Amino acid sequence: MRYLPLTDTDRQAMLATIGAKSIDDLFVDVPAIAQLDGPIHGLPGHASELAVERHMSALARKNLAAGDAPFFLGCGAYRHHVPASVDHLIQRGEYLTAYTPYQPEIAQGTLQMLFEFQTQVARLLGTDVANASMYDGSTACWEAIGMARRVTKRAKAILSTGLHPHYVSVAKTMAKFTGDVLETGTPSLSAGTDIGALIAAIDNDTSCVVVQYPDILGRIEDLSELAAACHAKKALLIAVVTEPVALGAIRSPGEMDADIVVGEGQSIGVGLQFGGPYVGLFGCKEKYLRQMPGRLCGETLDADGRRGFVLTLSTREQHIRREKATSNICTNSGLCALAFSIHMTLLGEAGLRALAETNHAGAVVAAERLAQVPGVELVNTAFFNEFTLKLPVEARPVVRTLADRGILAGVSLGRLYPGEAALANGLVVAVTETTTMEDVETLASALQEVLA
Amino acid sequence: MTINASGWRPERPEAGTTTASAFTGNTFTGNRALMLEEALIFEIGSTETTGVEVAAPARVASRLGSLDRSAPIGLPGLSEPEAVRHYTRLSRQNYAIDLGLFPLGSCTMKHNPRLNEKMARLPGFADIHPLAPVDTVQGALEVIHQLAHWLVTLTGMHSVAMSPKAGAHGELCGILAIRAALEARGEGHRKVILVPESAHGTNPATAAFAGYSVEDIPATSEGRVDLAALTARLGPDVAGVMITNPNTCGLFERDMRAISDAVHAAGGLVYCDGANFNAIVGRVRPGDLGIDAMHINLHKTFSTPHGGGGPGSGPVVFSEALAPYAPLPFVEQTADGFRLVEEETAEEHHAGSFGRMVAFQGQMGMFTRALTYILSHGADGLRQVAEDAVLNANYVLRSLDDTLDAPFGASGPCMHEALFSDSNLAEGFSTIDVAKGLIDEGYHPMTMYFPLVVHGAMLVEPTETESKAALDQFIGALRSVAERAKAGDVALKSAPHFAPRSRLDETLAARKPVLVWKDPAVPLAAE
Repeated sequence: MRYLPLTDTDRQAMLATIGAKSIDDLFVDVPAIAQLDGPIHGLPGHASELAVERHMSALARKNLAAGDAPFFLGCGAYRHHVPASVDHLIQRGEYLTAYTPYQPEIAQGTLQMLFEFQTQVARLLGTDVANASMYDGSTACWEAIGMARRVTKRAKAILSTGLHPHYVSVAKTMAKFTGDVLETGTPSLSAGTDIGALIAAIDNDTSCVVVQYPDILGRIEDLSELAAACHAKKALLIAVVTEPVALGAIRSPGEMDADIVVGEGQSIGVGLQFGGPYVGLFGCKEKYLRQMPGRLCGETLDADGRRGFVLTLSTREQHIRREKATSNICTNSGLCALAFSIHMTLLGEAGLRALAETNHAGAVVAAERLAQVPGVELVNTAFFNEFTLKLPVEARPVVRTLADRGILAGVSLGRLYPGEAALANGLVVAVTETTTMEDVETLASALQEVLA
Repeated sequence: MTINASGWRPERPEAGTTTASAFTGNTFTGNRALMLEEALIFEIGSTETTGVEVAAPARVASRLGSLDRSAPIGLPGLSEPEAVRHYTRLSRQNYAIDLGLFPLGSCTMKHNPRLNEKMARLPGFADIHPLAPVDTVQGALEVIHQLAHWLVTLTGMHSVAMSPKAGAHGELCGILAIRAALEARGEGHRKVILVPESAHGTNPATAAFAGYSVEDIPATSEGRVDLAALTARLGPDVAGVMITNPNTCGLFERDMRAISDAVHAAGGLVYCDGANFNAIVGRVRPGDLGIDAMHINLHKTFSTPHGGGGPGSGPVVFSEALAPYAPLPFVEQTADGFRLVEEETAEEHHAGSFGRMVAFQGQMGMFTRALTYILSHGADGLRQVAEDAVLNANYVLRSLDDTLDAPFGASGPCMHEALFSDSNLAEGFSTIDVAKGLIDEGYHPMTMYFPLVVHGAMLVEPTETESKAALDQFIGALRSVAERAKAGDVALKSAPHFAPRSRLDETLAARKPVLVWKDPAVPLAAE
């Protein structure tokens, strides 16, 4: 048992120090009914590194990795190239194996990084401030709705039909228990978004309007008018960004006067990982700072007058405010925030803009090529790196058929909106810098064959 | 002078050949040899610099709907060597379990096997999309299914929800399942959750977020839940209790079965905070104690690294009574392979589910690491984990209870952690001085001022991955610092002296929050 340093001699000596005859003496407070006498049913004994590696590798080989197929999936998780130095740096033991920075004098590495992360995120989202990460985009979205309730003292949230349906589900789950009222619907396969309808729905009971940018179909629209309409009724505008690379090419929600901007940061530095761990981004206007959930890192001075960083405003937090806390979050996504921050530092503004441009250009080429497949229609007029195709048949079986041919074609709206007949023919296709034009051609020809 | 094996010795100037130096301790760079200062990326980077080559884009007409970004974002870039150096230099200002013993009680910092990291990075796990067709991710679903099986087996429970993203998220999952179950039986009027004083701060916050009012239950003088007080408070308005076992005083709740029976008899349900499951894994089955839901911090019990504050992962195991209310999505084994049940449409077998807590399947990267850890230890190793963790904690407790006050030292053996108080330190000295003194000794301090039931608490959790020699050295260091605090050594009040920073002003940070970097060259608007 290679991770356990005690020898039997040590154990005997230690028991003698404690004054116990055997290890069982240390478990006397556990009632006999809950004590396990024998081995754990079915679990083999300890295994060598090689044996475990064989077992896990065999399981990994049963999956079709994105890199081994023409790959077009998006809808809230995107495949981007992560520079090798990102993963190298986050595996340094001083980052990987550190705890939450409760002792700031010996956690300045993590704390300075979080301060840099907060600044990068605030600038990217266009907000005054940002926190030190949330679990992911979907939980950050729900926390933003709760924050709007605390700020406005109103409980009716209006959710755009273009908001990721899983994010809507998470918000609905939580609303059942918090008493928030959520108004939402399903999107239509049209080029226009629902901004007009959202504006019309805002009333004096509205706490917030939640809109995704770009939305679940990849559509983008100016949010300024919506922000003004929210503010006229003293409601907050919450914008959700699931593809932060987009903000290298298009205006940030903060610039269009959104009050809270949340996001899924997975695109930058984190990787697909079958859904997690990811990293939630959360920024807001400074005036709402004290209602913000999660951890915050702040600048301060040490006893010798040197700049340093600490976790701060913890009076909002669960370990001090208990049932009056702004959130129950304790662990967040520190290491993923580090990966995001390193990747963003490697990109810099110039790199992010170039990356965004490449993503957009690739998507434009792909959209035009795929729209040439007979029977296929491009839904979007405006988009960033993801767009929706309307197929002449249901998209879900088409995706399965293409997967059998080793092509990961995109996300069918039938999977995201089961039972919604009007959406069943929709296929959401994402293109990033990892997509080659050969991949696009492979998808186009295969789609043509399958639809013929 | 000691000479190394090769016989080489460093050259030393002959005595009297150098001029007396007027060195003040201040260097031009602010660096002190290997202890390096590092500027912020905003001070050393530029928006024109990049460390990433991006392929030139195809020439196309933009379709961004007139939303093209015109204003600068203000993101500095560093070239690759500059970035590697920046983050490497910063890393050296962190303490970590790879550097030494990390005795945070209730936080469980143990060795993180690098095999776990290697397995999580296999492209078959790291490079698969959460919405990929399920036929293409059968191995990933099998990992989730295998891990779920072992979690249920190890806890003696009925089923498990894998998707919660961290321990506190798991608490929310358990409480929401309790609420859904009560509402399904028409008992939505039960609005109170009882939380013992020794519970984690997340417990009351969680209950409040789930729409409950929270009432505290006191601890007995021996550091356990006051069963009589708890039983007396039970009634038709009580939805359930949230109890931590082993508790945050480091003790096993002997009365757990009686507590469960009393709560059930009164119509409530029992939530157990399983953050400390590492002390009993493989030796004790919580399911036999009558609990209905318990989260397991995979990063604590199954050693996924904590990364400076996450990610975590908090699967929740359920009793048969609560299982139908578990959240979506979940993995099911069928004759044709593994299936991901993610749809919201009510099918017969999950009609009671309280819904979805998170966009996708949860922390797959953590599942891979946890399963790797379980298979590496096996049945015999996991049991040994709990036994060695408990042995190490009791060794620390008994080695120091002559020096430090151990408020519950007479309450029986401790489990995973040893609890001390500041009650016999000199006047004016407190736990924080001991903690900061330990930093100078080269250790991360123990958990301070928690649990709240003990004044000036010091909670030490050594874990099973520390050797006796490592414990002896730590015990010696803590004894030395404690004796200085008992003797009133004023130097402790300004500790740490040898860390990258001296004591940081947390009050200043909270009073005038500076949360983002602002260019000092750009004047701020008048306040």
